[in-house]
Amino acid sequence: MPITITLAGNPNSGKTTLFNALTGSTQRVGNWPGVTIDKKEGKLKKHKDAQVIDLPGIYSLSPYTQEEVISRNYLVNEKPDVIINLVDGTNIERNLFLTTQLLDVGIPVVIALNMIDVVKKSGDRIDSKKLSQVLGCPVVETSALKGDGLDELSNTAVELAKAGRKSFFSRRFSTPVESALAKIRELIKNYVPAKNLRWYAIKFFERDEIVQKQTDIPKRAKEQIERIILECEREFDENSASIIIRESYDFVSDVVKACVRKTSSGMNVSDRIDSVVTSRWLGFPIFVAVMFFVYFVSVSTVGALVTEFTNEMFVGSFVQEPLRNLLSSAGTAEWLTGLVVDGIIGGIGSIAGFLPQMLILFFFLALLEDCGYMARIAFMMDRIFRKFGMSGKSFIPLLIGTGCGVPGIMAARTIEQQKDRRMTIMTTTFMPCGAKLPIIALIAGAAFGGAWWVAPSAYFLGVGAVIVSGIILKKTRPFAGEPSPFVMELPAYHFPSAVNVGRSMYERATSFIKKAFTVYMLASILVWFGASFGFSNGGFGLVDSLDQSVLHTIGSAVAGIFSPLGFGRWETTVATFMGLAAKEQVVGVFGVLTSIGDADLALQLVDSANLEGLAPVAALFASPAAAYSFLAFNLLCAPCFAAINTIRTEMNSAKWSLFAIGYQCAFAYAVALIIYQFSMFFAGGGFGIGTASAFILLAVLLFMLFRPTPKQPKIKTGRKISAAV
Amino acid sequence: MPTLRDVDVGQSATVVRVNGTGAVARRIMDMGITKGVKVLVRRVAPLGDPIEITVRGYELSIRKSDAEMIEVEINRT
Repeated sequence: MPITITLAGNPNSGKTTLFNALTGSTQRVGNWPGVTIDKKEGKLKKHKDAQVIDLPGIYSLSPYTQEEVISRNYLVNEKPDVIINLVDGTNIERNLFLTTQLLDVGIPVVIALNMIDVVKKSGDRIDSKKLSQVLGCPVVETSALKGDGLDELSNTAVELAKAGRKSFFSRRFSTPVESALAKIRELIKNYVPAKNLRWYAIKFFERDEIVQKQTDIPKRAKEQIERIILECEREFDENSASIIIRESYDFVSDVVKACVRKTSSGMNVSDRIDSVVTSRWLGFPIFVAVMFFVYFVSVSTVGALVTEFTNEMFVGSFVQEPLRNLLSSAGTAEWLTGLVVDGIIGGIGSIAGFLPQMLILFFFLALLEDCGYMARIAFMMDRIFRKFGMSGKSFIPLLIGTGCGVPGIMAARTIEQQKDRRMTIMTTTFMPCGAKLPIIALIAGAAFGGAWWVAPSAYFLGVGAVIVSGIILKKTRPFAGEPSPFVMELPAYHFPSAVNVGRSMYERATSFIKKAFTVYMLASILVWFGASFGFSNGGFGLVDSLDQSVLHTIGSAVAGIFSPLGFGRWETTVATFMGLAAKEQVVGVFGVLTSIGDADLALQLVDSANLEGLAPVAALFASPAAAYSFLAFNLLCAPCFAAINTIRTEMNSAKWSLFAIGYQCAFAYAVALIIYQFSMFFAGGGFGIGTASAFILLAVLLFMLFRPTPKQPKIKTGRKISAAV
Repeated sequence: MPTLRDVDVGQSATVVRVNGTGAVARRIMDMGITKGVKVLVRRVAPLGDPIEITVRGYELSIRKSDAEMIEVEINRT
């Protein structure tokens, strides 16, 4: 008979490592129904009939965050056969708090006492036999990283599931609370599943809104329950939820006192690192140095070298040329050879060139995340981000967004409050991602003689857009309200695990490659087709010059909307639209559409900062102001399709996704218009309708920025969140 | 009654009560800040907020405005 095992535990307790070690290569990643939080499944090694489901990392089974609600709904409704509760031995007290809640659910629990090697090394002792007796469930000592104790853990879990024996009833609360719970049990026992009776009684005692809504209890019973709760609250002078939490923690404290012998004391390693890394004077300089190093290595030096190698050597010499020779010797039609070699391979090749650069960046970001430094960055930046309505946690998506917007948007999942999550998702792609770097380099080279300040100004523009949007949006109705709480664990520093970093890189690389062979391939074919075909001599077919091409026809038709921004030519319009497929396509499109004649060649010219070679691109812009306006628009407008799709899945709402994309485009249009019109005006271009609209737009922006926050009825934060879930 | 906000860096205090209801108060308590527990204020972030505290053997960061919800008795040593 197949059995289901669920893995539950705190964040940062080594759950990912344990899941990987237990399931090996059999895992599948999907989403929980209705939300895009990863649902990982796999088969237990050596027990092929046992399925393992990985729950999100949680601290509690409260009704307030999506992760917690998913976990408790899964445990209560799906009724897995056994729970493996991962407990971090180095942080046992808080980890066991979740254990008490899991034991209440009424499903057999086995505790994996993890990182036991680290505990032993520090000289502390945990009496796992005693722990097992007090908690009434098996305890297995494990080290997921070293692979110790995993067989015993699997066997114990499978045995427990087959026996179907419940962990014994833990009566951990004080007498008044236990007797209140007993009374509530009597009142609700006909209306809830018998297996989870104790859990439901506790939730009713806590006045848990989700449980109250899900169950159908008669009104009279509800009133009786309320009287029981009130009586208890009077006795303790504390609200019922806090009685439950406090008594659970008191119980855990007693357990820890009885089972753990601590010998280590004083400043530990993490604390010593933190006293330098987050100190008042060195905190920010160290942060800047770390970031500079990461970007210098991944973008400028190693990354650029590898990219150049891939572009020129690999794609050019080893793939494109041999294939072209092969096709022409086989007598293939010229247009087909062009499509395959230049259109498809050239297009994908130019993008594949960015893969190594992005991989190096992802490597560093995964490293920073795994070792614990990311949490410190959030800790240091919170003060700044709170000023415009976000929390320090919003900084991490923005940082990852400088590599690629897709994982950046996904990183917003750690933000508990829905409003802040939405705001972070909307603003993450304002940051210049890796794919936007070629556009920046192109404009810097073509219109500003390779001026050094163009690239930094793009980052300032991105950061500025995030800040301004944060302030503006925070003052609108859907986003107004208390800033999201910032109660965050600062996990102990540890050496990053090669497996975790490697896996994270692998996952990102494969999704990028998948994208390259689907979306990008289609886009490359479209550009090639649009540039090569058109109406000429009264018919539709291959055309000799671009002026007759389909792209020219379409581009010219809609170019007018960009005229106020200074770049209303069909080439720039086509480039902007093709940027939706992938931002780095903008450079390639210019390559195809100008006398440069080739997408790859354009990228190489940008790479080598060949100013003369880029002259045909410079000629497309009437002034440097127009070129910068083009840059600003392309950096801030809707991101590429892959990122738009991620916004759609993460927002999980068509309305919100459309709002996000619409806001980004409108904001980009306004900023580009203001930049262009003001530059022209101050350069002595005279006052026109454009200048007037730029003044009006600026005034509107400033008003939205500085207006007082509109008054609104105070809503209890708790209710809003649980209603939104 | 002093709150956690009033505790200096390096000083420890015993929690007397967590005020407030809803998500924030619940999260604070879920993270182990409950009546009777001893907390130690470790340090303040470079910009003066939030603070880092040690509670139940691990490090937790919390904003000063949220720390105001936590009534404490400062331990004199």
